[in-house]
Amino acid sequence: MALTTDTLTARVPALREFGYWMRRYRRIWRGTVVISVANPLLFLAAMGAGLGKLVDANHSGHLSGTPYLDFLAPGLLAASAMQNGFIEGAFPVFQSSRTRGNYSAAVATSMRPTDILAGHLLFVAFRVLLSGLLFLGVVVAFGVVGPARALLAAGPVLLTGTAFAAPLMAWAVLVDRQSRLNGLYRFVVMPLYMFSGTFFPISQLPYWLQAVATCTPLYQGVALTRAAALGGAHPGATAVHACYLLAMTAAGIWVSRRSYTHRLNR
Amino acid sequence: MADVLIEAKGLRKVHAPRGGGAPTEAVAGIDFTVTAGEAFGFLGPNGAGKSTTMRMVAAVSPISGGRLSILGMDPATHGPQIRARLGSVPQDDTLDTELTVRENLLVYGRYFGLPRAVIRERAAQLLEFARLEDKADEQVEALSGGMRRRLTIARSLVNQPDILLLDEPTTGLDPQARHLLWERLFRLKQQGVTLLLTTHYMDEAEQLCDRIVVMDHGRIVAEGSPRQLITTHCTREVLELRFPADLQAQAAEKVAGIGDRLEALPDRLLVYADDGEDALAAVHRTGAEPLTALVRRAGLEDVFLTLTGRTLVD
Repeated sequence: MALTTDTLTARVPALREFGYWMRRYRRIWRGTVVISVANPLLFLAAMGAGLGKLVDANHSGHLSGTPYLDFLAPGLLAASAMQNGFIEGAFPVFQSSRTRGNYSAAVATSMRPTDILAGHLLFVAFRVLLSGLLFLGVVVAFGVVGPARALLAAGPVLLTGTAFAAPLMAWAVLVDRQSRLNGLYRFVVMPLYMFSGTFFPISQLPYWLQAVATCTPLYQGVALTRAAALGGAHPGATAVHACYLLAMTAAGIWVSRRSYTHRLNR
Repeated sequence: MADVLIEAKGLRKVHAPRGGGAPTEAVAGIDFTVTAGEAFGFLGPNGAGKSTTMRMVAAVSPISGGRLSILGMDPATHGPQIRARLGSVPQDDTLDTELTVRENLLVYGRYFGLPRAVIRERAAQLLEFARLEDKADEQVEALSGGMRRRLTIARSLVNQPDILLLDEPTTGLDPQARHLLWERLFRLKQQGVTLLLTTHYMDEAEQLCDRIVVMDHGRIVAEGSPRQLITTHCTREVLELRFPADLQAQAAEKVAGIGDRLEALPDRLLVYADDGEDALAAVHRTGAEPLTALVRRAGLEDVFLTLTGRTLVD
């Protein structure tokens, strides 16, 4: 066993960076698991079950018969994947390239900047997926979906997270002040959280805003996650959502490779 | 002829400032070679281009012009292979303060792709070398500056490098911590590790370096062993004279002509002479009355002052 991880890390440098982040994570994993379970538990109980009762009692018809809890759960799940992608992809990257100095430590070894990027992105993906799976566990406990459907939804969750994290990492490695990251969170991430079909269908929005909302990455993530969790979606539309998120992830990685090299090999 | 490990010819580094403006030339075409087993020093004030040169030699900063060969390889094409055989001690410690001392060594060894068992064994030796055995399982957060510096040096040795690069290894440390560090570095040198270091401390360069280049404004202004540099650019002794501030200019006129050369610093006069006591006697004969007079051997500080007209540490 020890032999295989040794040969693997010797061959794939990105795993060394992944190992570094896992070593750090080992100290705090318990806390993150509690948060990843407690958060959806509170939200789904208060809004899904509580507020949902009011919504369902009025059967407005906007949800075409779907109980509000069922509608909300996948939306919230995708939104939290975005949030986790942001939190893991923005702040630690900024600190690593500035104050903490762990990127400069790594780049002085046989690691290349692109290895550092790949390993860190792998860890971000791991965190998004882990939080997503815990969230899905809560969703299953609420009886919204069965375990099989829940596993199917893990893919869209991962993709939504990386679609945000990869481009963010490209930028965060270059940023000179943390306040810029905070600004982006407040003025871009929060509005997306609210208006991307997370809490209500975007058909509720004014017509011109619907067009804007459709183009946002979180809307695509919410739609894809909802399709996977609840089923009954158009295959063509599902493919478009998936390709959109894949393209964003790929573009983010491409730009990140350049900005990591630019920043770390000055 | 010993093996040449590092060879630079017309080496340049140009920084393009953020948001446009004229590019600045941090290193303006320098030549040097470092051979196996020697301790080679870059001496110069802040901003002379020492750290930039070190970063290029460390194969983390691409060169802007000239030629650079490290261990017979081109850093532009063989960065990872070169870095695998270098040890790097950056100016600011890049330790992870939330991890323990031992974990920092493990993580760093892992970056070189070394097997866990090998790193664990080396970590034990390195902790002993750095005199940090008792601190092995403490967080780096709790370590003093000197301990952190020793850990950074220990960490840089985890891949058993052929060349150790040290950027300002003892800046900001108290005298005791510096001496302990020098002693450790001297030990490495005796084991045959090639040392390349930058410093703006004269005593450090004199203690550790076989050969020195003096840098100023991105150029090399002198090169040689500490002894050679002093004999070439300086007298054997220096007489330091202090006068009351308002009388210094007047005194400078009086003692001018004594010794080889006179240097007026804001707080004192330096008279360069091969025999300092003779010079002091001559000063007394002029009727000048210094508050204090001190005869000492000339050092690299004086070489730098002679070459650039400025002191190294303001």
